[in-house]
Amino acid sequence: MAKTHLKMTVNGQEVETLAEPRELLIHVLRERLGIKGPHIGCETSHCGACTVDMDGKSVKSCTVFAAQAEGADITTVEGLGDPDNLHVLQEMFREHHGLQCGFCTPGMIIRAHRLLLENPNPSEEDVRFGMAGNLCRCTGYQNIVKAILAAAAEMNAAKEAAQ
Amino acid sequence: MIPGAFEYHRPESVDAAVKLLAELGEDSRVIAGGHSLIPMMKLRMADMSHLIDLQKIGDLKGIRVDGGTVTIGAMTTQHELIENAALQDAAPIMREAALQIADPQVRYVGTIGGNVANGDPGNDMPGLMQCLDATFTLVGPDGERQVAARDFYEAAYFTARTDEEILTAISFTAPKGGYAYEKQKRKIGDYATAAAAVLLSKDGDRCSAASIAMTNLSDTPVYSADAGAALTGSPLDDQAIKTAVAAALNDIEPAEDNRGPVAFKIHVAGVILRRAIERAWSRA
Ligand SMILES: Cc1cc2nc3c(=O)[nH]c(=O)nc-3n(C[C@H](O)[C@H](O)[C@H](O)COP(=O)(O)OP(=O)(O)OC[C@H]3O[C@@H](n4cnc5c(N)ncnc54)[C@H](O)[C@@H]3O)c2cc1C
Ligand code: FES
Ligand code: FES
Repeated sequence: MAKTHLKMTVNGQEVETLAEPRELLIHVLRERLGIKGPHIGCETSHCGACTVDMDGKSVKSCTVFAAQAEGADITTVEGLGDPDNLHVLQEMFREHHGLQCGFCTPGMIIRAHRLLLENPNPSEEDVRFGMAGNLCRCTGYQNIVKAILAAAAEMNAAKEAAQ
Repeated sequence: MIPGAFEYHRPESVDAAVKLLAELGEDSRVIAGGHSLIPMMKLRMADMSHLIDLQKIGDLKGIRVDGGTVTIGAMTTQHELIENAALQDAAPIMREAALQIADPQVRYVGTIGGNVANGDPGNDMPGLMQCLDATFTLVGPDGERQVAARDFYEAAYFTARTDEEILTAISFTAPKGGYAYEKQKRKIGDYATAAAAVLLSKDGDRCSAASIAMTNLSDTPVYSADAGAALTGSPLDDQAIKTAVAAALNDIEPAEDNRGPVAFKIHVAGVILRRAIERAWSRA
């Protein structure tokens, strides 16, 4: 099947690549664009390790065809921060031990990012319900929830200080 | 998990999409959110030469509440159903059910049109649509027609929609009285072991109208007119609930699968339906 030109915005940069329509977005990101933050955990739409932010929604990139993503605006964990300049969520995951092996973490963080944009003052229950599409085999979730609540508090404090 | 190859189309109007479906024939399919279709294609249980993506068709989006009638465009996502304040006022059962579908990521992209057109008995919206007595609008080469949700489902993955038709909208009269959508599932992101949609009206201390439908307990959703009739006119006491549950269990035909044997499913169906009736009554 012929490859087609695919244009997307990924982490603020316009990118263009050749891909077959049937390729999954996760494969385009990892193999064609070298963006290895989003992981493949199950490839069956269940684990959320492949989560990216696409046009303002958290989506499982293993369940999106390349062709559907033409023209989309995508943010992966790489777009949030870098090692010298961590995003608050990354900082809080580190501080509160929100990870062990780290395999689920990029999906957790990009999902939590959208959750906090939609609900800047979540309760513990809101966080648990809003993160229900992301599985973690290591942590038992307790510290992930703690990290996200701490990030929300930090972000709100920073907002207040700025006012 | 690589699906078969296909050609991709992204029409910008319903007319253009209908034309493409007719031209490309039976090897073509529309794709909405893709969250039922893509998993099937990855498993190679579905194989298409052409996919017609509906994402760019503005006419298929949006929720309208107009003089007691609710109309929802097929491409409206489950997330949008949950967030819409006018819909919450007019038909809170929609939000209650949508929140029990899958997980946040799936709800951002899964659409109501895909959920009701799919024909999978595990989908939650078809039973709810039967409970609400909703109408589906289908558009094909010969124009538009309406089909009642209660007449739409024929067997698993077989519906009254023909291959050349697109489901453009669903509509229903905003329900009055008490409501509940109860679902038993093994974990978040799982389809129902059993689920029940119930609407009840109250007049004095009697039940004046009742509508009951169930999910994933037959190869189609099950609207149980007998269960509703058992409650109507009753004081909604234990005896009436027992009669209604027995009537509903008589209408279902669950199959054994990895969610359990038939006897277990019948048991769960009874428990879930009783809970739904009691909750709907407490809100009536
Ligand atoms: C992990 C996971 C868990 C899930 N759990 C649940 C659950 O608990 N309950 C539940 O109800 N669903 C569940 N789903 C399914 C999900 O809700 C789907 O999104 C939904 O069933 C289909 O909607 P879609 O927009 O993704 O449709 P698609 O997958 O794009 O389409 C499904 C089918 O409908 C056809 N179709 C779509 N739109 C139209 C249209 N407008 N006109 C004509 N035909 C059309 C397509 O051709 C295809 O055959 C789950 C999915 C996943 C991945
Ligand atoms: S890899 Fe996409 S959900 Fe698991
Ligand atoms: S930290 Fe290992 S899977 Fe979550």
